[in-house]
Amino acid sequence: MYLELLSNLPGVSGDEGAVRRAIVDLLTGEDAPDPPLTIRTDTLGNLLVHKQGRHRGPRIMLAAHMDEVGLMVTTIKESGQLQFKPVGGIDPRVLVSKVVKVGEQLIPGVIGSKAIHLQKREERKKPYTLEQLYLDIGAGGKEEALELVKPGDYASFDTALVPLGDGYVRGKAFDDRAGCAVLVELLLMESELSFDAAFTVQEEVGSRGAAVAAYSLQPELALVIEGTMASDTPGTAPDFTITRLGHGPALSFMDRSFIADRRLWQQLITVAEERGLPYQHRRFAGGGTDAGAVALSREGVKTAVVAVPCRYIHTPHSVMKISDLKDTVSLIKAWFESGVRI
Amino acid sequence: MDKEQVKDMLEILTGAVGVSGDEREPAEITAGYLEPYVTRLHRDSFGNVIGFKEGTGGPGAPSLLVAAHIDEIGAMVSRLEKGFVRFSAVGGLDPRTLLGQAVEIHGRRRCRGVIGATPPHLLTEKERKKELRIEDLFIDLGMDPEGVEAQIRVGDYISLVRPLLTMAGGNIASGKALDNRAGVVAMIVCAAELVDIRHFCRIYFVGTAQEEVGVRGAIVASYGLSPDLAVAIDVTHGLSPGVAEEDGFGLGEGPVVGVGPNFHPRLVERVRTVAREYCLPYQVEPVPGPASTDSRAIQVSREGIPGILLSIPLRYMHSTVETLNLDDVLLTGRLLAGFARSIDTDLVEGLTCI
Repeated sequence: MYLELLSNLPGVSGDEGAVRRAIVDLLTGEDAPDPPLTIRTDTLGNLLVHKQGRHRGPRIMLAAHMDEVGLMVTTIKESGQLQFKPVGGIDPRVLVSKVVKVGEQLIPGVIGSKAIHLQKREERKKPYTLEQLYLDIGAGGKEEALELVKPGDYASFDTALVPLGDGYVRGKAFDDRAGCAVLVELLLMESELSFDAAFTVQEEVGSRGAAVAAYSLQPELALVIEGTMASDTPGTAPDFTITRLGHGPALSFMDRSFIADRRLWQQLITVAEERGLPYQHRRFAGGGTDAGAVALSREGVKTAVVAVPCRYIHTPHSVMKISDLKDTVSLIKAWFESGVRI
Repeated sequence: MDKEQVKDMLEILTGAVGVSGDEREPAEITAGYLEPYVTRLHRDSFGNVIGFKEGTGGPGAPSLLVAAHIDEIGAMVSRLEKGFVRFSAVGGLDPRTLLGQAVEIHGRRRCRGVIGATPPHLLTEKERKKELRIEDLFIDLGMDPEGVEAQIRVGDYISLVRPLLTMAGGNIASGKALDNRAGVVAMIVCAAELVDIRHFCRIYFVGTAQEEVGVRGAIVASYGLSPDLAVAIDVTHGLSPGVAEEDGFGLGEGPVVGVGPNFHPRLVERVRTVAREYCLPYQVEPVPGPASTDSRAIQVSREGIPGILLSIPLRYMHSTVETLNLDDVLLTGRLLAGFARSIDTDLVEGLTCI
């Protein structure tokens, strides 16, 4: 499963190299298609791949972002512990008692907290703030720490993907390695239509990669493939469920960054219904995606988002259902087969 | 024994699951490690694992109880809710450390899960600042409600998952249940050291059960074995940012000797003398009230059992990233062995007439 390989790699925004190289390896390895893909990168680190299909069709861009949320080391204390800032949106409360890998050497570090025995009653009631947290790499002092890490080093969650329950997986960075895995599959299988795939950088810090990728690819139509929130969990008001696991890819009518092109959106629904493929609506207008940057590229691009539902995104452990990933591939494939005439 | 062996034992022992009340896995592993060094091994009806070694003084010699608890904090299933699992704490679980934590539920089969956390996009400012309570947390097993009901029952044990990792060139280890598998390993180190060291006293090496829920295993073990004196081995707080200097001890600076009403002053003096003799570093922890370790129960067992407490400094206690220095584990075992060697009839007889 491509997802396992991709999800386990570190790739915090601005440091997507490991993911990019792994995708290139997958696209040029033993599963490489014939005719071969045309692969290039740009100066930001986007990976742009052209896929030759049976037919030419309109200029289509499929995009998935390679980066994930994580941390960056800011200063090293005299005691040897590291202070950090988040890269992308992270709730500090999920960082407590977690393991991360720091810097190019992937130095293990832990985010500890004061033992419960030593906390005053008032402290126990207050969640941790970022200012209270730090990374412990076991260094006895600043000098020892500096031999292993430096300010500016990235840190990513140390989480390995494992199967969970009945057809589910637990792992990190499904937002958006799920989208990357879908895109890799689409590139490796025969395609009805030609398209450009953009594996973008820096989505979590403002869709910076997608903006330049869309400019250089100049698509007429764009589909952004995401890992989106599912809140089908206890304690969530029905209005905030957003998506549900096991109900197929989620289509966004809008989010904070864009409004889906109505014809494209409707076409995806029609294709799903005609072919009997599962899909669901993403019942939420918040959250941003690369679609915002792509839709505003040049004179504007007709854009839609298809997303794999994931629980607990932006934490060290997300949960998703494998069937949703497969159904996402099927829907996009069916959309190509429908001719994509808009 | 060396540091590498200490690390290997810790890796296996912290990989075992032994939430208070079901310590079978760590008991079995501990028994396996003790076996080469003891003459008798058994488990009592409460779940303590007990290894016995005769000394050169024979059956009439004083007996020493070494206690290191084998249980760990965890949780228990309290309710199934639409395919998700609600739970109660077993021991001093800190809710603030649990969001996004990987767990296992020991149901009809062992099921992986994760404690769910709301994505930041959906959190309101109020929610971010709200107190985290165990009652609000839930476990996701990636199963539909029917699957969950078929596998999981109320009362099933839940353990936290974290493989041991080493840092800083292999000196520092971090993981779950190092409280108190580190103490267990120190006890095993002591047993191994005593192969080459003659000791007069008879020794019971005891892995105690249910320490985390009220030092219960130690209560029955100390009554059952009725030793003349005792050493509890446990962990104490390591220094880290945010921890007051008087509350924490330096990692790598040696075992911590408890002083205070729970510990016999002459035995404290003896262990300090032994440390100086062997040139072993040690630190001193004033414990003004009842110790939160097996020491507390052992002291008041039967007619009273005099004892001491040796602790290993450990950061982030009761989290899944408990962090310690492997040297401290080794040094604690060595100091304990030296202490055991020093025990004779004079020392024990002198304990009642202060």
